[in-house]
Amino acid sequence: MNVRSQVSMVFHLDKCIGCHTCSVACKNVWTDRKGAEYMWWNNVETKPGTGYPTKWEDQDKYQGGWKKNGNGKLEIKSTGKAKIIPNIFHNPHMPSLDDYYIPWTYDYQNLFNAREGSDQPTAKPISMIDGEEVDVESGPNWDDDLGGSPIYAENDPNLEGLTDQQKLQLSSVERLVFFYLPRICNHCLNPTCVASCPSGALYKRGEDGIVLIDQKKCRAWRSCVSACPYKKTYFNWFTGKSEKCILCFPRLETGQAPACFHSCVGRIRYLGVLLYDADRLEEVAKLPDDELVEAQRSMILDPNDPTVIAAAKKNGITDGVIDSAQHSPVYRFVKEWGIALPPHIEYRTLPMLFYVPPMSPVQASKPEDTIHHESEEFFHDIDSSRVPMQFLANLFGAGHEGVVRYALAKQKAVRWHRRAETVGDIDRETADRMLRAADCTREEADAIYELTALCTFEDRFVIPPMHREQAIEMMKEPHEHRTEAGFGFVGGPRRGL
Amino acid sequence: MDKSFFDQFLFVILPYLSLFTFFLMTVYRYRAQSFSYSSLSSQFLENEHHFWAVVPFHYGVLVITVGHLVAIFIPRSILLWNSHPLRLYILEISALAFGLLTLIGLVGIVIRRATTTRIRKVTSPTDWILFAMLLALVVSGVAMALLHPWGSSWFASNLTPYLWSIFKLNPDITYVTSMPALVKFHIVLAFLTVGFFPFTRLVHILVIPNPYLWRKPQVVRWYGKKQ
Repeated sequence: MNVRSQVSMVFHLDKCIGCHTCSVACKNVWTDRKGAEYMWWNNVETKPGTGYPTKWEDQDKYQGGWKKNGNGKLEIKSTGKAKIIPNIFHNPHMPSLDDYYIPWTYDYQNLFNAREGSDQPTAKPISMIDGEEVDVESGPNWDDDLGGSPIYAENDPNLEGLTDQQKLQLSSVERLVFFYLPRICNHCLNPTCVASCPSGALYKRGEDGIVLIDQKKCRAWRSCVSACPYKKTYFNWFTGKSEKCILCFPRLETGQAPACFHSCVGRIRYLGVLLYDADRLEEVAKLPDDELVEAQRSMILDPNDPTVIAAAKKNGITDGVIDSAQHSPVYRFVKEWGIALPPHIEYRTLPMLFYVPPMSPVQASKPEDTIHHESEEFFHDIDSSRVPMQFLANLFGAGHEGVVRYALAKQKAVRWHRRAETVGDIDRETADRMLRAADCTREEADAIYELTALCTFEDRFVIPPMHREQAIEMMKEPHEHRTEAGFGFVGGPRRGL
Repeated sequence: MDKSFFDQFLFVILPYLSLFTFFLMTVYRYRAQSFSYSSLSSQFLENEHHFWAVVPFHYGVLVITVGHLVAIFIPRSILLWNSHPLRLYILEISALAFGLLTLIGLVGIVIRRATTTRIRKVTSPTDWILFAMLLALVVSGVAMALLHPWGSSWFASNLTPYLWSIFKLNPDITYVTSMPALVKFHIVLAFLTVGFFPFTRLVHILVIPNPYLWRKPQVVRWYGKKQ
């Protein structure tokens, strides 16, 4: 057993209201600079929708992630070792700016400088890259709330395998439905971006698993941009370096939650440490699609198990981190309750950001003047929810419904249980039957309810001590670096010499 | 000006200045400004013509550069190969072909940069000077292949000794001063480019990814372990 610790995340989609506060917080802190205008390390997508960059989930187009080759070995889909040499001058699967959007501002100066005339001066949209006038046609959240639209919703790659009736059900007037999918870097256990970097500039931090790009080692070979199936590494067109979400490590190191987590209005985000067995990584990443979710879960170790604790200590994991892992909200959602699922695990990067799938509204119709619920029961059957199970399974279960059904059934049972407890218009026996059917107990249901609905800041973010002070002491002469800003390097990043 | 002094300047002083600048500045830049070592790819801003310009140029220039290095470091291999006329023709024709490939690619690169507004924004004055130098270098090279044939042989037999005399700090310019003007132009420009090299985007040649093919797929860094 080779125990490692990983700062992991849960996004509770049932609580996301799609307000983009997370995106704005991140933008203001990290990507509001030249070359990074188009980057949204955190973005929020409407599902069904095409997302950002457009159709990022379409791996026939972008060739992100891993694939199993003929002899059962894992291979980078885009440019692995054999393919990088002939393709280093021109990356064959790289998205270009147009796949994201042209970042724009407005020509406000014109409002002051325009010559006197009979018309009011206007501030035309201009490109933030070359200053040319742009016809604004797309943006990072251009499909926002456009569930049912023929341009966006109907082109969602996750609609594959859905029956025509299910597709119709997703988009028909007065019944259409959508939910939100906030996305940041998943800080995967088997990241393709790291594996694909010809310079070895990308790396995973051993102590907390955060995936970073060494800006001094990046040479703009662009492999990581193509290789990441989630399209969460971005190319800075000005500095000629790739960049990505850093999970706000300077904040984490000072005990603060990342900006997007901290600012989340719906309180959907949870952060905590998971201990996992790194020896099983390769074996797990090669399993068939339908076994991946369970297998990844089995890699996550019980932080209260004495053998795990002993192995963790042997690997130099500090007591503080182990203690933090024992209180991790992520561990409870992912491992104890089994209701948080990795996105698109079929890409085989083993993402460490998990989503609690959303409960969608009841199916209803309006044959006359009043709305009729299609279900007689108080909380509808999950199989007749408006978002087809297959759609959620394509997102969170590698196309297999089992794990999604389990997560939704448990969430539904929690609702029955709490209704019986607090309102009492549901009889206790029915609620208990629901709980049993969903593999849940009253205590567990209460715990899920508390961590979902009543969670405080401290409940949601259990940040481990990062012990950065040790790293700096061991690697640097403190006196030599006392004038530095604390991280990064002196002098702003600029292009070339 | 005295002609011999002029030759001394072009073929002795300039090469030493260039080589000195090259070694000093590449090392200094790598140590002080390692962030600036980047290929500064523009594929992200323009992906349609990128392939047709960049790929021919790089493959062409790669083969031509390797050819020059072989002629400098193992000249006997070239002379031995060229001892048979048919093999000489094959070498000369392929050199010309790759030279033309480089030229086509380079012209493509310059046109692409000049005509795409987005890319013009990320093209510095240094880039334009470099493109002009490279263009002159490649055009003169291709012209030599056409006007002064069997360059592979006379390079290996006459210019290699000159270059080695420079490397050995015992410069002997007898061979080089008797060369046609076009050849002299090419040599002088080549040394200028070498001297200009550390100030340009060309430094990305020096950071080609060599450990990638041998390393494990995943990279992990730990506190307290030097990279």
